[in-house]
Amino acid sequence: MATTPRTMLDKVWADHEVGDELLYVDLHLVHEVTSAQAFEGLRLAGRRVRRPDRTLATADHNVSTGPDEPDALSREQLAALDRNCAEFGVRLYALGHRRQGVVHVIGPELGVTQPGMTIVCGDSHTSTHGAFGALAFGIGTSEVEHVLATQTLPQRRPRTMRITYAGELGPGCTAKDMILGTIGQIGTDGAAGHVIEYAGEAIRGLSMEGRMTIANMSIEGGGRAGMIAPDDTTFAYIEGRPGAPADFAAAVERWRAYPSDDGAAFDREVTVDLADVAPQVSWGTNPGQVAPITGIVPAPADETDERALAYMGLSAGMPLQEITVDRVFLGSCTNGRIEDLRAAAEVVRGRRVSDRVRAMVVPGSTQVKAQAESEGLDAVFRDAGFEWRGAGCSMCLGMNPDILQPGERCASTSNRNFEGRQGAGGRTHLMSPAMAAAAAVTGRLADVRELVS
Amino acid sequence: MRAVTVVSGPVAALDRASVDTDQIIPKQFLKRIERTGFGEFLFYDWMKDPAFPLRRPEFAGAPILATGRNFGCGSSREHAAWALQEFGIQAVVAESFGDIFLTNCSKNGLLTVALPAADVRELLDSAPAEATVDLETQTVMLPSGRNVSFDVDPGVRERLLNGWDDIALTERRGAEIDRYEAERERAGPDVLAL
Repeated sequence: MATTPRTMLDKVWADHEVGDELLYVDLHLVHEVTSAQAFEGLRLAGRRVRRPDRTLATADHNVSTGPDEPDALSREQLAALDRNCAEFGVRLYALGHRRQGVVHVIGPELGVTQPGMTIVCGDSHTSTHGAFGALAFGIGTSEVEHVLATQTLPQRRPRTMRITYAGELGPGCTAKDMILGTIGQIGTDGAAGHVIEYAGEAIRGLSMEGRMTIANMSIEGGGRAGMIAPDDTTFAYIEGRPGAPADFAAAVERWRAYPSDDGAAFDREVTVDLADVAPQVSWGTNPGQVAPITGIVPAPADETDERALAYMGLSAGMPLQEITVDRVFLGSCTNGRIEDLRAAAEVVRGRRVSDRVRAMVVPGSTQVKAQAESEGLDAVFRDAGFEWRGAGCSMCLGMNPDILQPGERCASTSNRNFEGRQGAGGRTHLMSPAMAAAAAVTGRLADVRELVS
Repeated sequence: MRAVTVVSGPVAALDRASVDTDQIIPKQFLKRIERTGFGEFLFYDWMKDPAFPLRRPEFAGAPILATGRNFGCGSSREHAAWALQEFGIQAVVAESFGDIFLTNCSKNGLLTVALPAADVRELLDSAPAEATVDLETQTVMLPSGRNVSFDVDPGVRERLLNGWDDIALTERRGAEIDRYEAERERAGPDVLAL
């Protein structure tokens, strides 16, 4: 009897359904900002962490990436994470540990993010791990407490949406341009209630770093999660990492079963034509407000656009390449990996950061930082006038002192250009690492294709 | 969690689309390790603007917030739900919501009601006129007296109506979880062995 073709989500879901609408969690990632109240809840109820072997914590959102001391509240929050992990037996990579870093960078880097898993974390960018063919999504603090206590989550099965990329990625374009272009097309709630599967030859051709950039921003299109079918690129990335399965060949055999079957039905299908995707920059205050760098600030279509233009201090019709910037931020769970730093260094090499710009590189993890230093990338950035900082979330959300001043304009490789995201009154333009590097050396939004051949 | 059945009273109108959780509670207020102390920082940056709708005296103390589509998108911070609740909001009515925000509200007894755009528009335009959200009957009585029904996950509805703690509910299914772990759980990765 022929079986009904199944999607990747169907397979992962079936593997983890404990019972009616209760999903088992294979890996729970924890950080300081969304966990303190959850641990306190356990304490008050006399509960334990059910599976410390499946729970991994790090300090990232609130840590200082430079010489500045964190403020008292930040110190207390980091100390609370130390205490909670010690009390409940949770493995913690705190600041100073060689494995510390942004939670969505270290999971893959340690090899604990693997195909077919369910992964949750009290952070919306948990979707990053879906690049490996895992079902990974962000949860709130009450759910963090629920997972700590039971290793499960009550979940209704989300709908599925397949985004297929047609054609090839143009010169100077990256995974970041693909996902920004996609969100521009579908809107910031275009995938609400859905788990996205990204497909097409262009996806297959991406490195794991590129795939993580795409899966990472699923939430910016409203998606519950984003998934990419595991393949040889995935397996090669995991092999040899500390968390990789001992019997790797057997694991690969199992992982090969996860990609969606031919003919599997999705609730929604969307095609993105890469012929339409040039290097992208955001001009507004949500990640759907993007345009090709060769374009202009568009005429507002509604009140949301009008508000965004007023906040950003821009007027319709202005060529994007005439917008000058004050700051450049290279880093985050979206674009803080080694390949991102290499791409930016390629543009920066032999050039100087514009006099009007303060630029910083914040590696996604302590290991990324060490790798970059072993390749001499730190020297490339420093020589050009970039600040070379420690690992953390930093100016992606500005919980630590790395923030924009009111009115400052920033070219940023992060994921959100919301009002005040990088500091109250700050103005964020999202783009790829290469494009941010181009902005750093020109002092304006610039087309990276004119800087590198 | 306190049981919730009916929320009735004046409606505050925030006629903006895609209000993200960064606006609801900015990051500098996420450093607290308690579940309280967020209400006074609700919409911190927007509240600085004297023309911001939630500063209008006629909206003071309104238990229902009507707002634009995709409310609560972005960051997973549950602090957004805590801040709204502490400010006095007991129900939010919008065309649609961010997924994680929706779940966070349900864990705290903050009602979220998705209604068609025209019905939300009626609430926005007639605010602060009073409305009633009834979870038991799954209806909203609009200021005009017209009743409109809304969908809610049956499990969430039951939990909210009874004020049940969902960790305790799941713990009752401990035998199922034990069986899953014994029979179907996949091996590793063991993070303690890293």
